[in-house]
Amino acid sequence: MANIISDETIEYVGILAKLELSDEEKEAAKSDMGRMLDYIDMLGELDTSDVEPMSHAFPVQNVFREDVVTGTDIRDQILANAPEEKDGMFVVPKTFD
Amino acid sequence: MSYITELDALSLGRAIASGEIRTTEATEEYLKSIEEQDGTYNCYVTVDGDRAMEAAKEIQARIDKGELSDSPLAGVPVAIKDNMCTEGLLTTCSSRILYNFVPTYESTAVRKLRNAGAVILGKTNMDEFAMGSTTETSYFGPTRNPADPEHVPGGSSGGSAAAVAAGECAYALGSDTGGSIRQPASYCGVVGIKPTYGTVSRYGLIAYGSSLDQIGPLTRNVSDAAAVLTAISGHDDKDSTSVDMPAKDYTQALKKDVKDIKIGIPKDYFGEGLDHEVAASVRAAADVLKAAGATVEEFDLSLVNYAIPAYYTIAAAEASSNLERFDGIKYGYRTEDFAGLHNMYKKSRSEGFGAEVKRRIMLGSFVLSSGYYDAYYLKALKVKALIKKAFDDAFAKYDIILGPVAPTTAPKLGESLSDPIKMYLGDIYTISVNLAGLPGISVPCGTSTDGLPIGVQLLADCFNEEKLLRTAFTYEQTK
Repeated sequence: MANIISDETIEYVGILAKLELSDEEKEAAKSDMGRMLDYIDMLGELDTSDVEPMSHAFPVQNVFREDVVTGTDIRDQILANAPEEKDGMFVVPKTFD
Repeated sequence: MSYITELDALSLGRAIASGEIRTTEATEEYLKSIEEQDGTYNCYVTVDGDRAMEAAKEIQARIDKGELSDSPLAGVPVAIKDNMCTEGLLTTCSSRILYNFVPTYESTAVRKLRNAGAVILGKTNMDEFAMGSTTETSYFGPTRNPADPEHVPGGSSGGSAAAVAAGECAYALGSDTGGSIRQPASYCGVVGIKPTYGTVSRYGLIAYGSSLDQIGPLTRNVSDAAAVLTAISGHDDKDSTSVDMPAKDYTQALKKDVKDIKIGIPKDYFGEGLDHEVAASVRAAADVLKAAGATVEEFDLSLVNYAIPAYYTIAAAEASSNLERFDGIKYGYRTEDFAGLHNMYKKSRSEGFGAEVKRRIMLGSFVLSSGYYDAYYLKALKVKALIKKAFDDAFAKYDIILGPVAPTTAPKLGESLSDPIKMYLGDIYTISVNLAGLPGISVPCGTSTDGLPIGVQLLADCFNEEKLLRTAFTYEQTK
């Protein structure tokens, strides 16, 4: 069963992944994803009706810590990595009109 | 290589502790080795020469005062894969999107090594965001295999494996999500361990597949690997998946004795697609262990082929989520021309990420999306449970599972990236180990007729690194 990936699907995936692809990249992506999904379809051969999905091989649960601040003020070091910075703040594109 | 860079990590550690070699000498020799060879091999993204020398001086001063006497790795120079945050030192994941990122904090594994007196030489090259099996998806160009520079070193910890093999460091740290320590170790002819999931803290390791990633050592021999694993492992409050168990000294496991060890060899591993010389070399390794007193027999592992699609579904899904943070806002690459916030996100990410990373992010976003989540992602998690069960059943009968690390020796540069699925199939022996959280080690076991290294993989049940190391050590000392 071949997975045919439509243009709409690639557009949709591009929105989810926040990626913008050129027309060539879109064609390559449709073909690559189609092939990968065909390969992944192999999992359908296995009967998993009685199996619980397992995320971690041995789950460690309810790992909590006290809500206490332990870090130090490193604002300047953090801002040193900023693509754009002003007055101790990250400069970003407008987020609302 | 000078006589200093020819010493393995523990031997160098002993020579430094006894005063025979000064840490500054050792660091200088390694920096020279890097200068002489790295133009050819491209193991390093960043060499931190000045600070390495400063650290060496400080550590020597401490040793002279009698400190660090309980640390066998004190003064020994190490290379760190470039996906582990090193405070104040460029950390790129070999990606354009982090081309200028300088972490403000340190990964726990690196901090532990520093506390043990390690000298950090620099950061090694890798496949971008650890996605790849050849170190060819790096933004900074591929690393070449010191055994034959026309061939890849493997991946994604190719820089680390090659640096150890070329004598550009005494040992290195790598990370393993689907085989990324074990496979380059095999291709380069060095030792590599992926510990049981949860053994080494992932704090500071830039995440690829959070339920699969583990940090581990790449070394010249099994003893070094045991010592490094001891230094970096242990519970960490900052990693909620790190297992709360008492600290272990893995070097206690280094004994030549396998009389109580039952080894199982999966028949399904030796089918079509496995190179003849690799198969012969791996079987010969099993014979060595049999002659040393272990019981060796074949068995059916099952589900071997299903591990790859399950892995790629899960790893891509987790990666798509983990890599969402790279958005050009607070750090890393931001595109120059954009129209509004969403356009900035898309362009920064599309320009900042390479093709393989984008491929996996898209696949991951798709399998997690509404309408497909159950059919793909949940299905893969159910198959993961079946794979874990298959290993549980196997370890009820055997102490160690033995097999190849990869179906072939290292391919030539430029041959692997055009067919992603073919590349993914090369992970067949290593991938299920991450899905089941098991520990695995790759030990050199031979060389092909064209001079390329071959490794044998040993697996043990979770938290059984001692059996793993004892068996590996016995093989290494006996062969």
